[in-house]
Amino acid sequence: MASQYHHSLRFDVDRCEGCMSCMRACPTAAVRIRKGRAMKLADRCIDCGECIRVCPRAAIVPLTDQMADLSKFKYKIAIPSPALYAQFDTEVFPSMIFAALKQCGFDDVESVSPACDAVTIATEIFLNEYRGQYPLISSFCPTVVRLLQVKYPELVDQLLPVLAPREVSARDAKLRKSRETGLPPEQIGAVYITPCPAKIVAILEHPGMQRSHLDAAVSICDLFQTLAAALSPVQESEYKLDAAESADGLSWAFLGKFPRSLPAENTLSVAGLPNVIRILDDVEKGRLRKYSYIECHACPEGCVGGCLTVENPYLARGKAIRLQQSLPAGCIVERSEVEASYRKKEFLMDESLAGRPLSPLDEDISKAIIKMKERDRILWDLPKIDCGACGAPSCRAFAEDVVLGEADEALCVFRWQRVLGERIEELANLVRTQRQTIGGQP
Amino acid sequence: MPEAFESIYQVLGRDFSNAGKVSTSIKDTLKRLGVSPAVVRRVAIVSYEAEMNLVMYAIRGKVALSVSRESVTLKVDDEGPGIPDINLALQEGYSTATAEMREMGFGAGMGLPNIRKNADEFDISSEVGRGTKLCIRILQAAEVI
Repeated sequence: MASQYHHSLRFDVDRCEGCMSCMRACPTAAVRIRKGRAMKLADRCIDCGECIRVCPRAAIVPLTDQMADLSKFKYKIAIPSPALYAQFDTEVFPSMIFAALKQCGFDDVESVSPACDAVTIATEIFLNEYRGQYPLISSFCPTVVRLLQVKYPELVDQLLPVLAPREVSARDAKLRKSRETGLPPEQIGAVYITPCPAKIVAILEHPGMQRSHLDAAVSICDLFQTLAAALSPVQESEYKLDAAESADGLSWAFLGKFPRSLPAENTLSVAGLPNVIRILDDVEKGRLRKYSYIECHACPEGCVGGCLTVENPYLARGKAIRLQQSLPAGCIVERSEVEASYRKKEFLMDESLAGRPLSPLDEDISKAIIKMKERDRILWDLPKIDCGACGAPSCRAFAEDVVLGEADEALCVFRWQRVLGERIEELANLVRTQRQTIGGQP
Repeated sequence: MPEAFESIYQVLGRDFSNAGKVSTSIKDTLKRLGVSPAVVRRVAIVSYEAEMNLVMYAIRGKVALSVSRESVTLKVDDEGPGIPDINLALQEGYSTATAEMREMGFGAGMGLPNIRKNADEFDISSEVGRGTKLCIRILQAAEVI
Protein backbone atom coordinates (compact mmCIF):
# COMPACT_ATOMS: atom_id res chain seq x y z
CA MET A 1 0.00 0.00 0.00
CA ALA A 2 2.49 2.55 1.25
CA SER A 3 5.09 2.18 -1.49
CA GLN A 4 2.74 3.34 -4.25
CA TYR A 5 3.17 6.97 -3.16
CA HIS A 6 6.17 9.02 -4.13
CA HIS A 7 8.03 10.87 -1.43
CA SER A 8 10.57 13.63 -1.46
CA LEU A 9 12.38 12.85 1.80
CA ARG A 10 14.81 10.12 2.74
CA PHE A 11 15.81 9.31 6.30
CA ASP A 12 19.55 8.67 6.53
CA VAL A 13 19.90 5.91 9.15
CA ASP A 14 23.65 6.47 9.49
CA ARG A 15 23.20 10.06 10.53
CA CYS A 16 20.06 9.63 12.63
CA GLU A 17 20.56 9.38 16.39
CA GLY A 18 16.91 8.86 17.24
CA CYS A 19 16.59 12.21 19.03
CA MET A 20 12.83 12.45 18.31
CA SER A 21 12.95 16.05 17.03
CA CYS A 22 11.32 15.05 13.73
CA MET A 23 8.78 12.84 15.45
CA ARG A 24 7.63 15.71 17.63
CA ALA A 25 7.52 18.18 14.74
CA CYS A 26 5.58 16.00 12.31
CA PRO A 27 2.06 17.43 11.89
CA THR A 28 0.57 14.16 10.64
CA ALA A 29 2.21 11.81 13.17
CA ALA A 30 4.10 10.09 10.35
CA VAL A 31 7.38 9.48 12.19
CA ARG A 32 8.27 6.63 14.56
CA ILE A 33 11.55 5.83 16.27
CA ARG A 34 12.33 2.15 15.85
CA LYS A 35 15.52 0.63 17.23
CA GLY A 36 16.91 4.10 17.91
CA ARG A 37 16.38 5.44 14.37
CA ALA A 38 13.66 7.57 12.85
CA MET A 39 11.47 6.10 10.13
CA LYS A 40 8.47 7.48 8.32
CA LEU A 41 5.08 5.95 7.76
CA ALA A 42 4.80 6.55 4.03
CA ASP A 43 1.02 6.71 3.81
CA ARG A 44 0.84 9.41 6.50
CA CYS A 45 3.70 11.62 5.24
CA ILE A 46 2.57 14.68 3.27
CA ASP A 47 6.10 15.90 2.40
CA CYS A 48 5.76 19.17 4.29
CA GLY A 49 9.42 19.11 5.30
CA GLU A 50 8.85 20.13 8.94
CA CYS A 51 11.22 17.28 9.88
CA ILE A 52 13.98 18.76 7.70
CA ARG A 53 13.72 22.05 9.58
CA VAL A 54 14.21 20.52 13.01
CA CYS A 55 16.67 17.68 12.42
CA PRO A 56 19.91 18.61 14.24
CA ARG A 57 21.94 16.02 12.30
CA ALA A 58 20.82 16.79 8.74
CA ALA A 59 19.69 13.17 8.60
CA ILE A 60 16.61 13.93 6.53
CA VAL A 61 17.62 14.32 2.94
CA PRO A 62 15.31 16.07 0.45
CA LEU A 63 15.22 14.15 -2.82
CA THR A 64 15.43 17.20 -5.07
CA ASP A 65 17.42 17.04 -8.32
CA GLN A 66 21.07 18.06 -8.53
CA MET A 67 22.48 20.19 -11.34
CA ALA A 68 24.37 17.12 -12.66
CA ASP A 69 21.04 15.28 -13.13
CA LEU A 70 19.96 17.89 -15.68
CA SER A 71 22.50 17.01 -18.35
CA LYS A 72 19.97 14.69 -19.98
CA PHE A 73 18.17 17.73 -21.39
CA LYS A 74 19.44 19.42 -24.54
CA TYR A 75 17.95 22.71 -23.43
CA LYS A 76 17.29 23.70 -19.84
CA ILE A 77 14.86 26.37 -18.70
CA ALA A 78 15.04 27.48 -15.09
CA ILE A 79 11.70 28.44 -13.59
CA PRO A 80 12.51 30.08 -10.26
CA SER A 81 9.94 30.27 -7.50
CA PRO A 82 9.47 33.98 -6.67
CA ALA A 83 10.73 32.96 -3.22
CA LEU A 84 14.22 32.80 -4.78
CA TYR A 85 14.30 36.59 -5.27
CA ALA A 86 13.68 37.09 -1.57
CA GLN A 87 16.86 35.19 -0.66
CA PHE A 88 19.05 38.06 -1.87
CA ASP A 89 19.36 41.69 -0.92
CA THR A 90 16.83 44.09 -2.38
CA GLU A 91 19.37 45.68 -4.73
CA VAL A 92 19.73 42.32 -6.50
CA PHE A 93 17.05 42.54 -9.18
CA PRO A 94 15.39 39.45 -10.63
CA SER A 95 17.08 40.19 -13.96
CA MET A 96 20.48 39.86 -12.25
CA ILE A 97 19.46 36.55 -10.72
CA PHE A 98 18.35 35.41 -14.18
CA ALA A 99 21.79 36.30 -15.59
CA ALA A 100 23.45 34.37 -12.76
CA LEU A 101 21.20 31.36 -13.37
CA LYS A 102 22.39 31.30 -16.97
CA GLN A 103 25.97 31.35 -15.66
CA CYS A 104 25.06 28.27 -13.62
CA GLY A 105 24.21 26.25 -16.71
CA PHE A 106 20.64 27.11 -17.66
CA ASP A 107 19.94 28.06 -21.26
CA ASP A 108 17.06 30.28 -20.35
CA VAL A 109 15.05 31.50 -17.38
CA GLU A 110 11.30 32.01 -17.25
CA SER A 111 9.65 34.28 -14.70
CA VAL A 112 6.62 32.80 -12.96
CA SER A 113 5.02 36.08 -11.96
CA PRO A 114 3.15 36.67 -15.27
CA ALA A 115 1.69 33.15 -14.94
CA CYS A 116 0.71 34.06 -11.35
CA ASP A 117 -1.25 37.01 -12.75
CA ALA A 118 -2.94 34.80 -15.32
CA VAL A 119 -3.84 32.16 -12.75
CA THR A 120 -5.30 34.83 -10.46
CA ILE A 121 -7.59 35.97 -13.30
CA ALA A 122 -8.46 32.36 -14.16
CA THR A 123 -9.30 31.77 -10.49
CA GLU A 124 -11.58 34.80 -10.46
CA ILE A 125 -13.44 33.55 -13.52
CA PHE A 126 -13.74 30.07 -12.00
CA LEU A 127 -15.06 31.46 -8.72
CA ASN A 128 -17.66 33.58 -10.53
CA GLU A 129 -19.01 30.56 -12.38
CA TYR A 130 -18.70 27.97 -9.61
CA ARG A 131 -21.92 26.63 -8.12
CA GLY A 132 -20.70 23.79 -5.88
CA GLN A 133 -19.84 23.47 -2.19
CA TYR A 134 -18.03 26.32 -0.47
CA PRO A 135 -15.37 27.26 0.42
CA LEU A 136 -12.99 26.37 -2.39
CA ILE A 137 -9.46 25.63 -1.21
CA SER A 138 -6.30 26.62 -3.05
CA SER A 139 -4.36 23.84 -4.77
CA PHE A 140 -1.02 25.44 -5.68
CA CYS A 141 0.73 24.14 -2.54
CA PRO A 142 1.35 20.40 -3.07
CA THR A 143 1.55 19.76 0.66
CA VAL A 144 -1.91 21.23 1.18
CA VAL A 145 -3.26 19.05 -1.65
CA ARG A 146 -1.73 15.99 0.00
CA LEU A 147 -3.00 16.98 3.42
CA LEU A 148 -6.53 17.07 2.03
CA GLN A 149 -6.12 13.77 0.20
CA VAL A 150 -4.84 12.03 3.32
CA LYS A 151 -6.62 13.73 6.23
CA TYR A 152 -9.65 15.41 4.67
CA PRO A 153 -10.64 13.19 1.71
CA GLU A 154 -14.23 14.46 1.91
CA LEU A 155 -12.97 17.98 1.09
CA VAL A 156 -10.94 17.02 -1.98
CA ASP A 157 -13.84 18.05 -4.25
CA GLN A 158 -13.41 21.57 -2.91
CA LEU A 159 -9.82 21.94 -4.11
CA LEU A 160 -9.61 24.63 -6.78
CA PRO A 161 -9.14 22.79 -10.10
CA VAL A 162 -7.04 25.59 -11.58
CA LEU A 163 -3.41 24.85 -12.52
CA ALA A 164 -0.57 26.17 -10.37
CA PRO A 165 1.34 29.12 -11.92
CA ARG A 166 4.57 27.06 -12.08
CA GLU A 167 2.83 24.53 -14.34
CA VAL A 168 1.39 27.20 -16.64
CA SER A 169 4.79 28.85 -16.80
CA ALA A 170 6.58 25.58 -17.62
CA ARG A 171 4.06 24.62 -20.30
CA ASP A 172 4.19 27.99 -22.07
CA ALA A 173 7.97 28.32 -21.86
CA LYS A 174 8.55 24.83 -23.28
CA LEU A 175 6.17 25.43 -26.19
CA ARG A 176 7.81 28.73 -27.00
CA LYS A 177 11.36 27.41 -26.75
CA SER A 178 10.49 24.38 -28.82
CA ARG A 179 9.27 26.72 -31.59
CA GLU A 180 12.31 28.97 -31.26
CA THR A 181 14.96 26.27 -31.17
CA GLY A 182 13.34 23.60 -33.31
CA LEU A 183 14.02 21.06 -30.55
CA PRO A 184 11.28 18.55 -29.71
CA PRO A 185 9.60 19.45 -26.37
CA GLU A 186 10.86 16.26 -24.68
CA GLN A 187 14.46 17.46 -25.08
CA ILE A 188 13.64 20.69 -23.28
CA GLY A 189 13.79 20.44 -19.51
CA ALA A 190 11.70 22.79 -17.37
CA VAL A 191 13.44 22.97 -14.00
CA TYR A 192 11.70 24.50 -11.00
CA ILE A 193 13.97 26.29 -8.52
CA THR A 194 12.09 25.18 -5.46
CA PRO A 195 11.76 26.38 -1.87
CA CYS A 196 10.43 23.01 -0.66
CA PRO A 197 10.64 19.27 -1.38
CA ALA A 198 6.89 18.94 -1.95
CA LYS A 199 7.22 20.23 -5.52
CA ILE A 200 9.18 17.08 -6.38
CA VAL A 201 6.22 14.97 -5.36
CA ALA A 202 3.92 17.23 -7.36
CA ILE A 203 6.08 16.62 -10.45
CA LEU A 204 6.17 12.84 -9.92
CA GLU A 205 2.50 12.43 -9.00
CA HIS A 206 0.99 15.40 -10.90
CA PRO A 207 -2.29 15.46 -8.93
CA GLY A 208 -5.13 16.74 -11.12
CA MET A 209 -3.02 16.57 -14.26
CA GLN A 210 -2.28 13.81 -16.77
CA ARG A 211 1.34 14.82 -16.43
CA SER A 212 3.42 17.64 -15.04
CA HIS A 213 4.95 20.19 -17.41
CA LEU A 214 7.92 20.47 -15.08
CA ASP A 215 10.69 17.91 -15.44
CA ALA A 216 12.86 18.47 -12.40
CA ALA A 217 13.26 20.60 -9.29
CA VAL A 218 16.51 21.95 -7.85
CA SER A 219 16.35 23.36 -4.35
CA ILE A 220 17.12 26.99 -3.55
CA CYS A 221 19.52 25.95 -0.78
CA ASP A 222 21.50 23.59 -3.05
CA LEU A 223 21.84 26.28 -5.69
CA PHE A 224 22.43 29.23 -3.40
CA GLN A 225 26.22 29.10 -3.09
CA THR A 226 26.84 28.72 -6.84
CA LEU A 227 24.25 31.35 -7.61
CA ALA A 228 25.70 33.84 -5.15
CA ALA A 229 29.17 33.32 -6.67
CA ALA A 230 27.79 33.80 -10.17
CA LEU A 231 26.04 36.97 -9.09
CA SER A 232 29.16 38.91 -8.07
CA PRO A 233 30.53 39.52 -11.59
CA VAL A 234 27.08 40.53 -12.81
CA GLN A 235 27.37 44.27 -13.34
CA GLU A 236 24.65 46.01 -11.46
CA SER A 237 24.49 48.98 -13.83
CA GLU A 238 23.62 46.71 -16.75
CA TYR A 239 20.44 45.58 -15.11
CA LYS A 240 17.26 47.38 -14.43
CA LEU A 241 14.18 46.33 -12.63
CA ASP A 242 12.68 43.83 -15.01
CA ALA A 243 9.49 44.67 -16.85
CA ALA A 244 8.76 40.93 -17.01
CA GLU A 245 8.03 40.86 -13.28
CA SER A 246 4.56 41.59 -11.99
CA ALA A 247 3.97 43.19 -8.61
CA ASP A 248 0.74 41.26 -8.16
CA GLY A 249 2.34 38.03 -9.34
CA LEU A 250 5.20 38.26 -6.86
CA SER A 251 2.72 38.25 -3.99
CA TRP A 252 2.17 34.53 -4.60
CA ALA A 253 5.38 33.80 -2.70
CA PHE A 254 4.20 35.06 0.68
CA LEU A 255 1.20 35.28 2.91
CA GLY A 256 -0.77 38.43 2.20
CA LYS A 257 -3.71 40.11 3.85
CA PHE A 258 -6.00 38.41 1.37
CA PRO A 259 -5.47 35.73 -1.25
CA ARG A 260 -3.35 37.31 -4.02
CA SER A 261 -5.19 40.06 -5.74
CA LEU A 262 -8.55 38.35 -5.43
CA PRO A 263 -11.45 40.37 -4.05
CA ALA A 264 -11.05 40.48 -0.29
CA GLU A 265 -14.69 39.85 0.40
CA ASN A 266 -15.36 36.30 1.62
CA THR A 267 -11.82 35.09 1.11
CA LEU A 268 -9.19 34.10 3.60
CA SER A 269 -5.47 33.30 3.61
CA VAL A 270 -3.76 30.96 6.05
CA ALA A 271 -0.12 29.91 6.44
CA GLY A 272 1.66 27.30 8.53
CA LEU A 273 0.44 23.71 8.72
CA PRO A 274 -1.02 23.76 12.24
CA ASN A 275 -3.12 26.78 11.23
CA VAL A 276 -4.13 25.20 7.95
CA ILE A 277 -5.23 22.10 9.86
CA ARG A 278 -7.38 24.18 12.22
CA ILE A 279 -9.02 25.96 9.31
CA LEU A 280 -9.71 22.70 7.48
CA ASP A 281 -11.24 21.26 10.66
CA ASP A 282 -13.62 24.21 10.62
CA VAL A 283 -14.38 23.76 6.92
CA GLU A 284 -15.22 20.13 7.64
CA LYS A 285 -17.71 21.17 10.33
CA GLY A 286 -19.48 23.39 7.82
CA ARG A 287 -18.45 26.48 9.70
CA LEU A 288 -16.84 28.42 6.85
CA ARG A 289 -19.48 28.03 4.17
CA LYS A 290 -19.83 31.79 3.78
CA TYR A 291 -16.24 31.99 2.51
CA SER A 292 -15.84 31.43 -1.20
CA TYR A 293 -12.10 30.80 -1.31
CA ILE A 294 -9.41 29.94 1.22
CA GLU A 295 -5.78 30.18 0.27
CA CYS A 296 -3.61 27.75 2.24
CA HIS A 297 0.19 27.78 2.46
CA ALA A 298 1.81 24.88 4.32
CA CYS A 299 4.92 26.88 5.22
CA PRO A 300 5.03 29.73 7.72
CA GLU A 301 4.64 33.03 5.84
CA GLY A 302 4.16 31.14 2.56
CA CYS A 303 6.75 29.88 0.04
CA VAL A 304 9.36 32.34 1.37
CA GLY A 305 9.29 30.17 4.50
CA GLY A 306 9.97 26.93 2.60
CA CYS A 307 12.27 24.47 4.36
CA LEU A 308 14.77 24.49 1.45
CA THR A 309 15.33 28.24 1.47
CA VAL A 310 18.27 29.93 3.20
CA GLU A 311 16.89 33.24 4.46
CA ASN A 312 14.81 33.72 7.59
CA PRO A 313 11.17 33.65 6.41
CA TYR A 314 10.33 37.03 7.97
CA LEU A 315 13.34 38.76 6.44
CA ALA A 316 12.54 37.07 3.12
CA ARG A 317 8.95 38.20 3.31
CA GLY A 318 10.06 41.76 4.03
CA LYS A 319 12.37 41.70 1.02
CA ALA A 320 9.68 40.25 -1.20
CA ILE A 321 7.32 43.04 -0.18
CA ARG A 322 9.96 45.71 -0.88
CA LEU A 323 10.66 44.22 -4.32
CA GLN A 324 6.97 44.19 -5.01
CA GLN A 325 6.64 47.84 -3.98
CA SER A 326 9.46 48.87 -6.31
CA LEU A 327 7.53 47.51 -9.30
CA PRO A 328 4.59 49.30 -10.95
CA ALA A 329 1.44 48.27 -9.07
CA GLY A 330 -0.96 45.76 -10.55
CA CYS A 331 -0.74 42.87 -12.96
CA ILE A 332 1.04 42.72 -16.32
CA VAL A 333 -1.12 40.36 -18.34
CA GLU A 334 -4.13 41.16 -20.50
CA ARG A 335 -7.37 40.04 -18.96
CA SER A 336 -9.03 39.40 -22.32
CA GLU A 337 -6.17 37.11 -23.39
CA VAL A 338 -6.38 35.09 -20.18
CA GLU A 339 -10.14 34.86 -20.56
CA ALA A 340 -9.77 33.51 -24.11
CA SER A 341 -7.24 30.87 -22.96
CA TYR A 342 -9.48 30.03 -20.02
CA ARG A 343 -12.35 29.29 -22.40
CA LYS A 344 -10.01 26.88 -24.19
CA LYS A 345 -9.55 25.16 -20.80
CA GLU A 346 -5.88 26.06 -20.71
CA PHE A 347 -5.95 26.87 -17.01
CA LEU A 348 -7.97 23.93 -15.75
CA MET A 349 -6.75 20.62 -14.39
CA ASP A 350 -7.46 17.77 -16.77
CA GLU A 351 -7.95 15.02 -14.20
CA SER A 352 -10.09 14.86 -11.12
CA LEU A 353 -8.39 14.82 -7.74
CA ALA A 354 -9.04 11.81 -5.57
CA GLY A 355 -8.75 11.32 -1.84
CA ARG A 356 -6.38 8.72 -0.45
CA PRO A 357 -7.53 8.40 3.15
CA LEU A 358 -5.33 6.64 5.69
CA SER A 359 -6.22 3.01 6.09
CA PRO A 360 -8.60 2.69 9.03
CA LEU A 361 -7.84 0.40 11.97
CA ASP A 362 -9.43 -2.35 9.90
CA GLU A 363 -11.08 -2.48 6.49
CA ASP A 364 -14.00 -4.28 8.11
CA ILE A 365 -15.80 -1.75 10.27
CA SER A 366 -16.91 -4.38 12.82
CA LYS A 367 -13.29 -5.38 13.34
CA ALA A 368 -12.26 -1.72 13.41
CA ILE A 369 -14.77 -1.12 16.22
CA ILE A 370 -13.25 -3.98 18.24
CA LYS A 371 -9.75 -2.59 17.63
CA MET A 372 -10.84 0.92 18.62
CA LYS A 373 -12.17 -0.42 21.93
CA GLU A 374 -8.89 -2.20 22.45
CA ARG A 375 -6.99 0.98 21.61
CA ASP A 376 -8.96 2.89 24.24
CA ARG A 377 -8.35 0.14 26.79
CA ILE A 378 -4.60 0.33 26.17
CA LEU A 379 -4.67 4.14 26.18
CA TRP A 380 -6.48 4.20 29.51
CA ASP A 381 -3.54 2.36 31.03
CA LEU A 382 -0.90 4.71 29.57
CA PRO A 383 0.38 7.86 31.36
CA LYS A 384 -0.92 10.18 28.58
CA ILE A 385 2.05 12.52 28.85
CA ASP A 386 3.26 11.84 25.31
CA CYS A 387 6.90 11.43 26.37
CA GLY A 388 7.83 9.70 23.12
CA ALA A 389 10.22 7.21 24.73
CA CYS A 390 8.29 4.32 23.16
CA GLY A 391 9.03 5.76 19.71
CA ALA A 392 5.53 7.07 18.99
CA PRO A 393 4.63 10.76 19.09
CA SER A 394 1.75 10.36 21.56
CA CYS A 395 0.26 7.78 23.90
CA ARG A 396 -2.74 7.60 21.58
CA ALA A 397 -0.55 6.91 18.54
CA PHE A 398 1.31 4.27 20.57
CA ALA A 399 -1.93 2.57 21.61
CA GLU A 400 -2.95 2.49 17.97
CA ASP A 401 0.42 1.05 16.93
CA VAL A 402 0.00 -1.69 19.56
CA VAL A 403 -3.48 -2.57 18.28
CA LEU A 404 -2.18 -2.68 14.72
CA GLY A 405 0.62 -5.01 15.84
CA GLU A 406 3.34 -2.49 15.00
CA ALA A 407 4.57 -1.89 18.54
CA ASP A 408 4.82 -3.87 21.76
CA GLU A 409 2.99 -2.60 24.84
CA ALA A 410 6.15 -3.35 26.85
CA LEU A 411 7.91 -0.44 25.09
CA CYS A 412 6.17 2.04 27.40
CA VAL A 413 8.71 2.90 30.10
CA PHE A 414 5.99 3.84 32.59
CA ARG A 415 4.20 0.57 32.13
CA TRP A 416 7.54 -1.19 32.41
CA GLN A 417 8.38 0.71 35.60
CA ARG A 418 5.02 -0.27 37.08
CA VAL A 419 5.45 -3.91 36.13
CA LEU A 420 8.95 -3.83 37.60
CA GLY A 421 7.62 -2.23 40.80
CA GLU A 422 5.01 -4.96 41.08
CA ARG A 423 7.67 -7.65 40.62
CA ILE A 424 9.86 -6.09 43.31
CA GLU A 425 6.87 -5.96 45.62
CA GLU A 426 6.09 -9.62 44.89
CA LEU A 427 9.68 -10.61 45.53
CA ALA A 428 9.81 -8.61 48.77
CA ASN A 429 6.60 -10.31 49.90
CA LEU A 430 8.04 -13.67 49.03
CA VAL A 431 11.21 -12.96 51.04
CA ARG A 432 9.12 -11.72 53.97
CA THR A 433 6.94 -14.86 54.03
CA GLN A 434 10.01 -17.10 53.64
CA ARG A 435 11.69 -15.36 56.57
CA GLN A 436 8.57 -15.70 58.68
CA THR A 437 8.39 -19.36 57.74
CA ILE A 438 12.06 -19.88 58.55
CA GLY A 439 11.92 -17.67 61.64
CA GLY A 440 8.71 -19.39 62.82
CA GLN A 441 10.41 -22.76 62.97
CA PRO A 442 11.84 -23.75 66.30
CA MET B 1 -25.88 -7.90 19.92
CA PRO B 2 -24.03 -5.91 17.25
CA GLU B 3 -20.61 -4.58 18.17
CA ALA B 4 -20.59 -0.82 18.79
CA PHE B 5 -17.91 1.65 19.73
CA GLU B 6 -19.08 4.08 22.37
CA SER B 7 -17.60 7.21 23.78
CA ILE B 8 -18.92 10.02 25.95
CA TYR B 9 -17.76 13.62 25.73
CA GLN B 10 -18.45 16.31 28.32
CA VAL B 11 -19.17 19.86 27.20
CA LEU B 12 -19.27 22.96 29.41
CA GLY B 13 -21.63 25.84 28.66
CA ARG B 14 -19.93 29.15 27.73
CA ASP B 15 -16.59 27.39 27.29
CA PHE B 16 -15.89 29.07 23.95
CA SER B 17 -12.17 28.41 24.01
CA ASN B 18 -12.73 24.65 23.80
CA ALA B 19 -15.82 24.81 21.63
CA GLY B 20 -15.51 22.56 18.59
CA LYS B 21 -13.01 20.14 20.09
CA VAL B 22 -15.57 17.44 20.73
CA SER B 23 -16.74 17.40 17.13
CA THR B 24 -13.12 17.32 15.91
CA SER B 25 -12.45 14.35 18.16
CA ILE B 26 -15.61 12.55 17.00
CA LYS B 27 -14.68 13.14 13.39
CA ASP B 28 -11.15 11.76 13.90
CA THR B 29 -12.55 8.67 15.60
CA LEU B 30 -14.93 8.00 12.70
CA LYS B 31 -12.09 8.26 10.20
CA ARG B 32 -10.00 5.73 12.09
CA LEU B 33 -13.00 3.39 12.10
CA GLY B 34 -13.23 3.62 8.33
CA VAL B 35 -16.61 5.37 8.20
CA SER B 36 -17.24 6.70 4.69
CA PRO B 37 -16.21 10.34 3.95
CA ALA B 38 -19.81 11.35 3.17
CA VAL B 39 -21.03 10.09 6.55
CA VAL B 40 -18.05 11.65 8.36
CA ARG B 41 -18.95 14.98 6.83
CA ARG B 42 -22.58 14.80 7.94
CA VAL B 43 -21.63 13.72 11.46
CA ALA B 44 -19.04 16.52 11.62
CA ILE B 45 -21.69 19.12 10.79
CA VAL B 46 -24.32 17.64 13.12
CA SER B 47 -21.97 17.18 16.07
CA TYR B 48 -20.52 20.66 15.66
CA GLU B 49 -23.95 22.34 15.58
CA ALA B 50 -25.06 20.30 18.59
CA GLU B 51 -21.87 21.09 20.47
CA MET B 52 -22.22 24.81 19.74
CA ASN B 53 -25.86 24.84 20.86
CA LEU B 54 -24.70 23.29 24.08
CA VAL B 55 -21.86 25.78 24.56
CA MET B 56 -24.10 28.74 23.79
CA TYR B 57 -27.22 27.89 25.77
CA ALA B 58 -26.66 25.12 28.30
CA ILE B 59 -24.93 25.00 31.67
CA ARG B 60 -23.33 21.69 30.84
CA GLY B 61 -24.06 18.55 28.91
CA LYS B 62 -22.75 15.47 27.27
CA VAL B 63 -22.51 14.03 23.81
CA ALA B 64 -22.64 10.25 23.57
CA LEU B 65 -21.28 8.75 20.40
CA SER B 66 -22.11 5.24 19.29
CA VAL B 67 -20.79 3.74 16.08
CA SER B 68 -21.95 0.42 14.73
CA ARG B 69 -21.65 -1.23 11.35
CA GLU B 70 -25.10 0.14 10.48
CA SER B 71 -25.11 3.66 11.83
CA VAL B 72 -23.61 6.52 13.80
CA THR B 73 -25.73 7.70 16.70
CA LEU B 74 -25.28 10.87 18.71
CA LYS B 75 -27.20 11.42 21.93
CA VAL B 76 -26.91 14.93 23.25
CA ASP B 77 -28.22 15.61 26.72
CA ASP B 78 -27.95 18.96 28.43
CA GLU B 79 -28.79 20.76 31.63
CA GLY B 80 -30.08 24.11 30.53
CA PRO B 81 -32.99 26.43 29.89
CA GLY B 82 -34.81 24.02 27.56
CA ILE B 83 -36.76 25.01 24.45
CA PRO B 84 -40.32 26.31 25.03
CA ASP B 85 -41.51 25.86 21.42
CA ILE B 86 -39.63 23.14 19.57
CA ASN B 87 -41.49 23.64 16.28
CA LEU B 88 -40.45 27.27 16.26
CA ALA B 89 -36.84 26.39 17.08
CA LEU B 90 -36.79 24.01 14.13
CA GLN B 91 -37.66 26.78 11.68
CA GLU B 92 -34.77 28.06 9.61
CA GLY B 93 -33.71 31.50 10.68
CA TYR B 94 -35.42 31.40 14.07
CA SER B 95 -32.85 32.21 16.73
CA THR B 96 -32.71 33.30 20.33
CA ALA B 97 -29.00 34.08 20.13
CA THR B 98 -27.77 37.17 21.93
CA ALA B 99 -25.97 40.00 20.16
CA GLU B 100 -22.72 38.66 21.64
CA MET B 101 -23.23 35.22 20.10
CA ARG B 102 -24.11 36.77 16.75
CA GLU B 103 -20.96 38.84 16.88
CA MET B 104 -19.04 35.59 17.13
CA GLY B 105 -20.69 34.36 13.95
CA PHE B 106 -23.24 32.08 15.59
CA GLY B 107 -26.97 32.26 16.04
CA ALA B 108 -28.10 32.44 12.42
CA GLY B 109 -31.00 30.19 13.35
CA MET B 110 -29.60 27.31 11.34
CA GLY B 111 -28.38 25.05 14.15
CA LEU B 112 -31.32 22.71 14.75
CA PRO B 113 -32.62 22.86 11.15
CA ASN B 114 -29.13 21.96 9.94
CA ILE B 115 -28.93 19.04 12.37
CA ARG B 116 -32.32 17.73 11.23
CA LYS B 117 -31.41 18.17 7.56
CA ASN B 118 -28.25 16.06 7.95
CA ALA B 119 -29.78 13.32 10.09
CA ASP B 120 -31.54 10.17 8.91
CA GLU B 121 -33.38 9.94 12.21
CA PHE B 122 -33.92 12.91 14.45
CA ASP B 123 -35.62 13.13 17.79
CA ILE B 124 -35.83 16.05 20.17
CA SER B 125 -37.44 16.55 23.55
CA SER B 126 -37.12 19.40 25.93
CA GLU B 127 -38.30 20.51 29.31
CA VAL B 128 -38.24 24.22 30.11
CA GLY B 129 -35.96 24.92 33.04
CA ARG B 130 -34.43 21.41 32.91
CA GLY B 131 -32.76 20.77 29.59
CA THR B 132 -32.91 19.35 26.11
CA LYS B 133 -32.31 15.89 24.69
CA LEU B 134 -31.41 15.21 21.11
CA CYS B 135 -31.02 11.85 19.41
CA ILE B 136 -29.57 11.81 15.94
CA ARG B 137 -28.90 8.78 13.81
CA ILE B 138 -27.01 8.75 10.55
CA LEU B 139 -27.04 5.53 8.58
CA GLN B 140 -23.83 4.17 7.11
CA ALA B 141 -23.98 4.08 3.34
CA ALA B 142 -24.26 0.78 1.48
CA GLU B 143 -21.44 -1.48 2.57
CA VAL B 144 -18.27 -1.51 0.57
CA ILE B 145 -17.63 -4.98 -0.78
